[in-house]
Amino acid sequence: MSKTIEEINEKIRQGKALVLTAEEIIDYVAEKGVKKATQEVDVVTTGTFGPMCSSGAYFNIGHTKPRIKLGGGKAYLNDVPVYVGLAAVDFFLGAAALPEDDPRNKIYPGKFSYGGAYVIEELVAGKDVRLTATAYGTDCYPRKTLETYISLKDMNEAVLFNIRNAYQNYNVAVNLSDRVIYTYMGVLQPRMGNATYCSAGQLSPLLNDPYYKTIGIGTRIFLGGGIGYIVGNGTQHNPDVKRTDEGVPKMPAGTLAVKGDLKMMSPRWLRGTSFTGYGVTLTVGIGVPIPILNEEILRYTLVKDEEIWTQVVDYSEAYPQFIPGSLGEVNYHQLKSGKIIIQGKEVPTSGLSSYVRAKEIAQILKGWIEAGKFFLTKPVELLPSVDSGVVFKPLKERPIRKK
Amino acid sequence: MQKKRVVLNYPPHIVEQPVISKLVKDFDLTVNILRAHVTPREEGRLVLEITGKRQTLEAGINYLRELGIEVQPLAQDVRWYEDRCTHCTACISICPPKALDVNRKTMEVFFKREKCIACGLCIPVCPYHAMEILF
Repeated sequence: MSKTIEEINEKIRQGKALVLTAEEIIDYVAEKGVKKATQEVDVVTTGTFGPMCSSGAYFNIGHTKPRIKLGGGKAYLNDVPVYVGLAAVDFFLGAAALPEDDPRNKIYPGKFSYGGAYVIEELVAGKDVRLTATAYGTDCYPRKTLETYISLKDMNEAVLFNIRNAYQNYNVAVNLSDRVIYTYMGVLQPRMGNATYCSAGQLSPLLNDPYYKTIGIGTRIFLGGGIGYIVGNGTQHNPDVKRTDEGVPKMPAGTLAVKGDLKMMSPRWLRGTSFTGYGVTLTVGIGVPIPILNEEILRYTLVKDEEIWTQVVDYSEAYPQFIPGSLGEVNYHQLKSGKIIIQGKEVPTSGLSSYVRAKEIAQILKGWIEAGKFFLTKPVELLPSVDSGVVFKPLKERPIRKK
Repeated sequence: MQKKRVVLNYPPHIVEQPVISKLVKDFDLTVNILRAHVTPREEGRLVLEITGKRQTLEAGINYLRELGIEVQPLAQDVRWYEDRCTHCTACISICPPKALDVNRKTMEVFFKREKCIACGLCIPVCPYHAMEILF
């Protein structure tokens, strides 16, 4: 028994597709069995809402009169620097970019209360931001300064383009030292006073298609409240890691690069985020639909929190010094219970990724498909999987000799 | 017996007077200082948990007010902005009295203000600025 994407889309068109979330499918199959469910269910929707630092957006702001060439100059949105190493009026804003006068960690721990991600959130909310720029001036682009308010609707293109999102599984962070540390995994109390984790677990997109058998370039997705597309594997994509017998990675593995029209998105699903002592990041909402093409694909979507294991990593020494190793393995059922046992010690847990919002995304995407507003796509190419030979290398430094 | 969590605002001239000991000795109240910020000759701010009989508790608070000390319930000074909260649960593992906690079934975060001791630990921990303490 197998289905094609075309057949599923036809059912969506007729309003007859059966769509369940990655949470709902678990009980559905427990009741109906895999065979029957494979016949009946057309799509399983996933969701995740967590901080994803390698996010950003590019813009084309339209030409000024007289013309200005921002490329090679300097430009800022609400004092946050944007990347202008492009043509005249294109630039890229990174989520983690900070205003130049932000004290960073000079007053430790820094607050990082504003940055690129907040500019993105404000733009998506329809607000005006201040664009200030200086340029060197050329014969064809004579203007040298620009100061104006600008909003999303003024721009030609405004595109969210995130080069690494939706990590397939992630570390659990603890702190073995005897002082508080401030990390991208949150504030970690000394001597394993707490543990933080960051995954939607059983709802997470790539954990429901662990070998990327349906997800690839061109997959249409829920992105930031609007519609987006997977444009390829994300950076640091690392498929060939230790996995369970069912294929679920037991450590961070695959990642996604995604894009979508910022003008269609919503500030509820793109949130500026501050990690004390670390920096600014963007919390992104992503939902990927998984077409139930056959029994195998369905089985992958049945993954439960207790079947997803991950590694506990010390962020006071092992992580910063890049020392491999794990303090133990825990699953998401344990993590979500509020406490885990690490090396005999009971440690309270906190999430960084919102399960409540992940569930909401899976429901919204389900609603779009049921309403015939969202159709599935057949990827142009699947993401590199375990056998691709793709590896995630550390930097091999080659010291520069002084002449 | 009743228990109240209050914030006291001392005007400068009272900062150097023994006020809390009076509450204990004259009004027979149990006082637990949760937080204190006192600058000599300027001002003072105290967060107290006061326990005692209803009548003496009221009398004690009246005594403070008559001295010119502003007394207000603690809950007023701690805010959880639910619209900013994403229910990530980052705050849950550091909140000592479990005023911030999560419904494990729905994974929704909630704030029980009567349990809050205004320690402020949640402030730097919340990535979405959803917690605020007004002192």
